[in-house]
Amino acid sequence: MLELKNVSFSVSDEVNGRELGIIDNISLTLEEGKFYVITGPNGGGKSTLARLIMGIEKPTAGQILFNDEDITNLSVSERAKKGIGYAFQQPPRFKGMTVRRLLSLAHGHDLPEDECCAYLTKVGLCSMDYLNREVDTSLSGGEVKRIEIATLMAREPQLAIYDEPEAGIDLWSFTMLVESFRMERNSNQKGSTVIISHQERIMQLADELIVVADGKVRTRGSKDEVFPTLLGEFDRKCGLRGNEEVQ
Amino acid sequence: MLERYDFNLLDKIADLSYLPENTAYNIRKNGLSAERKVTETVDITTKTDKPGIDITIKPFAKDETVHIPVIITESGHAETVYNDFYIGEGAVVTIIAGCGIHNSGCDESRHDGVHRFFIGKNAQVKYVEKHYGDGDGTGGKMMNPATKIYMESGSLCEMESVQIRGIDSTKRTTDAVLADNARLVVTERLMTHGEQVAESEMTVELNGSGASAQIISRSVAKDTSSQVFFPNAVGNAACRAHIQCDSILMDNAKIRSVPAITANHPDAQIVHEAAIGRINNDQLLKLMTFGIDEQEAENIIIEGFLK
Repeated sequence: MLELKNVSFSVSDEVNGRELGIIDNISLTLEEGKFYVITGPNGGGKSTLARLIMGIEKPTAGQILFNDEDITNLSVSERAKKGIGYAFQQPPRFKGMTVRRLLSLAHGHDLPEDECCAYLTKVGLCSMDYLNREVDTSLSGGEVKRIEIATLMAREPQLAIYDEPEAGIDLWSFTMLVESFRMERNSNQKGSTVIISHQERIMQLADELIVVADGKVRTRGSKDEVFPTLLGEFDRKCGLRGNEEVQ
Repeated sequence: MLERYDFNLLDKIADLSYLPENTAYNIRKNGLSAERKVTETVDITTKTDKPGIDITIKPFAKDETVHIPVIITESGHAETVYNDFYIGEGAVVTIIAGCGIHNSGCDESRHDGVHRFFIGKNAQVKYVEKHYGDGDGTGGKMMNPATKIYMESGSLCEMESVQIRGIDSTKRTTDAVLADNARLVVTERLMTHGEQVAESEMTVELNGSGASAQIISRSVAKDTSSQVFFPNAVGNAACRAHIQCDSILMDNAKIRSVPAITANHPDAQIVHEAAIGRINNDQLLKLMTFGIDEQEAENIIIEGFLK
């Protein structure tokens, strides 16, 4: 479904003008109907990878194929029309835009009230209270974040990418969110889902875990293979296991 | 007399696609009263000393609606009109005003509306005013509304003004004086394009204890148009006022906001917020992830912002 061929992305360092590599020659294939979780340390390139797939950033080298079509030079909206969707880690707010209107825009046409409510319920929002509220600063960060997730669910894309959906969400809503992702996973056999996450409970849903660090795919495999290696690897990197070993 | 085309303008400015059956109205066309209807509780009379009308709402009138739109279809017609509104104690009324200019000629058409509101004790007024211009002539379309609002104790005035397209030059002045526990809510929405120029000057004097005012201004400036705002809230008693000006800047347009807040009483709480900037890039990107192209995304953001 999605293939990244030797994709690199770098930016110019504003201070010294040197090229700063963010993504380093990643090649990756994602298959139809699978549920992927991308994890790894902060600053490792996970979000950039998602933004490259959505077209928000353009690779400095390499190629991106979606359903065997080269989409490397397509715009964000062209990729969206082809079936790629993305939920922002830090979603923007819109003055004057109601939750219902935003969900309808995501879906592609006017959504009836009951369908809007169903999407909002999936992300743990008491739907009737929110339909006509504006997606502006009157909503908390967690509320905006949940509405963001609901817009991607309402879009029903072939490839859905959620960038740290758990960030800023309270524990109670998080439980509901994990359930919703589980249901999406079970009901959506054709579409694929990619979630960037640090949460074990989300990783447990994955058909495959992909660890991205230092701009590369460090490892990938089933959750049973990869998950046990994660704690050890990153704890060692941060020196957390060092003391234990000495004792 | 009204013609079919007039209703296009009337619909744009006052949602009137036909004459209302049960409510009062006065429709002014090219300087003359074209249609008028009064009711038991709403009286409309022509001023004898200058152009304009007096609109009187009886005390304790409930849920009245009055339409008083003005249209100008003659190129070169220029007028200054004085309208006074006397809202009786405890009355509840919605007044729908508005001015539409259709100018297909080369001369400047101009409407300057001078409005005064005398709002009685505990009365509630909703005032909606839309400005709109069209016509393919080269003549300018100018509107300069001046509004004075005198609010007695416990009264409420919600004022909504909209100028979305077609007016080349506008200078709006609004002055309000509030007594005890009076509440004023002003919502101003403005879009300028081409070489249009718009200026809005507003002074709210909160003289009574418990008085409150909320001024919300949202504007979009496109092309090489320019806008200037001078909001001024003066707290002379234990009162609250909140002024919020948000503007979206596009192309090579210019916007200036010069707020002033004055507290002449130790318990006056007055807040001003102002922001001018281009459309947030993340907002555009978000809508583009829905498959919407950049231009359409921009339109959706502006439409919501000015709604």
